[in-house]
Amino acid sequence: MALDLFKEKGVPLDRQRFTWKDLTRRMISKLDDDAFTRVRVILMNGIESESVRFSHACARMNRELREPLALIRRVEHFQQTLVNWLNPGNQSPLETTLGYEQTAIEVTASVAQHEPDPYLAQTYRFGMLEDFDHLYRYSALYDRLCGKDPNTITQSYTDIIPGRLTAIEHRHPLDDVRRPYEARTAAPITRLNALTIVSAENQVHTYYMNIGPSFTDPVARQLYAEIAAIEEQHVTQYESLCDPGESWLEKWLLHEANEVYNYYSCLRSETNPRIKEVWQRFTDYELGHLHYVMELFQRLEGRDPAEVLPRELPEPIGYHSHREFVRKVLMNEEGLSAKGTGFVPRAEEAERTLLYRQQLNSEGSPSAIASAGYRWRPGTELAEEAERVSTLAEGRIQ
Amino acid sequence: MERKASEMGMNRTGIRVHPVKSRETVEGSEKFAPDIPGDASVIAKQRQDFAREAGNLGTVPPPNLKGMAKAAMDLLKGGRATVLVDKLGQRAGFERTGTRLYELALSKLDVFGTWDGGPSREQLEKIRRDELSHFALVKRTLEKLGADPTALTPAAELQANMSEGVPRMLADPHVNLLQSLEGLLTAELVDNASWELLIELARELGHQELAEDFQRALDVEQEHLALVRAWIAAGTKLEARVGEEAAGAPA
Repeated sequence: MALDLFKEKGVPLDRQRFTWKDLTRRMISKLDDDAFTRVRVILMNGIESESVRFSHACARMNRELREPLALIRRVEHFQQTLVNWLNPGNQSPLETTLGYEQTAIEVTASVAQHEPDPYLAQTYRFGMLEDFDHLYRYSALYDRLCGKDPNTITQSYTDIIPGRLTAIEHRHPLDDVRRPYEARTAAPITRLNALTIVSAENQVHTYYMNIGPSFTDPVARQLYAEIAAIEEQHVTQYESLCDPGESWLEKWLLHEANEVYNYYSCLRSETNPRIKEVWQRFTDYELGHLHYVMELFQRLEGRDPAEVLPRELPEPIGYHSHREFVRKVLMNEEGLSAKGTGFVPRAEEAERTLLYRQQLNSEGSPSAIASAGYRWRPGTELAEEAERVSTLAEGRIQ
Repeated sequence: MERKASEMGMNRTGIRVHPVKSRETVEGSEKFAPDIPGDASVIAKQRQDFAREAGNLGTVPPPNLKGMAKAAMDLLKGGRATVLVDKLGQRAGFERTGTRLYELALSKLDVFGTWDGGPSREQLEKIRRDELSHFALVKRTLEKLGADPTALTPAAELQANMSEGVPRMLADPHVNLLQSLEGLLTAELVDNASWELLIELARELGHQELAEDFQRALDVEQEHLALVRAWIAAGTKLEARVGEEAAGAPA
């Protein structure tokens, strides 16, 4: 049954409490939890990270909103803490990276299929193919640097194959800015989708910028630098989908609605009961935030929140493998690039993008170096070589 | 290319670098008392609390018993077969990482060259192949047991995390061949001890044939360990010499 955003009031702000132990004691199991539990954890960290980022920007621009923003932001900060701390300490940064790319692929694939606006749906498919390629390049690095199997993280839900070659994803900034939806006419799900995807991509960019320099391997350092640049492009792309004509309060209201929508999507699909409790608790917290902001919206803007919000939440995000959809998009749209706000065949790219790319790749392409000739095999690419060797009685190769 | 491991230079980390400032810092620390009573055991208590509450790292996946040959059923007899599968999963992961470690060492050899009594390309390549063949041995054994050789078992996860620093160190462009051998030493020490344990476990569970296969792998690992130790000893002693005596010392 769908959730009625106007009837469900959730937990009031003054009853949203945490302790340090409560914030840090739960963790998912890298070995035993389903990959989609990790995907949900990663996405929700991105959603909360966006809520805090937006709230700070809004507070810097709106004198009368600074105090209500501060009150809610503190709770969002702790929600982000609890969610992000669900990642276990034995999940290395490179493993978390594989999880981030899987999240980007599977969540964007779900959003692309549920998006009613064809231009936005096209934009999601376009970006998805690039993140799809990143998973393959990072997988090659993981396999070749550590001898470890990336599929232990992605658990066979997502293909580990080339997408749109990372080396050609580099575009001039003016070819990454898209056309925004029109707030007056856009479907509510369109506005939520744009927020979800920009939140996810923004956290990926921040994460790569933080962990990239923590590697010793020069190939890893370069690969993170390269893919972080694409994530920056993606943030530019996805944030430009949101209508800049929306008021600050309207945007805040949409953020809160999106947080309810996303926690509720997680709640509907979660398989780990301990994590499901978290999604239930935070759905209720977010409903509390939403009603708090609905009241502000009515009082300060004199507008009815029903102008902005759907009565019932749209269909939840599909947390399952989108393999067939992704393969179809790969087959049909790999050859696309962007020119201005539009999508064009690669042969029609703007001169500025060609020059920009040529300059960046002029001393070599990290993603190409990391993945030259790479083919994922169950148990790493070494498994194939190991198959070929025959061991002598003393355990040596003939 | 020459890059000594122990060059003299402007290291700034010690307290003697800034005699005046360090005296002030020491005085400050003595003047201001700790505000919370207790000692490091408070941290231990907190860790104990969390350890009591947390679950395990993960589990060993069940074997696929369907269509399994009688020989495989026999292998699973006696004791908890999951312990054997867990430890075999550990060797599978470690030998793969070991294969990558020797690839990293080969890159160092290409850049920095070797020294009298140091490793040759042939030796490093041979050890890489040995590690790969040990992975193949473990993989086949797991398959015979009806276990999934691609599964990351808890023991594999632990050993991978414990030794995470080794590939990290070998991939560092600041590290020369002699320095990187210390990473190989760590890996070979663990590898030797782990094969020994696996042999004991196989015997304990009554798998004499497996124990013999593993013993042959251990014999090879013991040779690796002896070689790595000898390369480090030769290189370190050469580096400590001066003048003409130091000819052929590690880069």
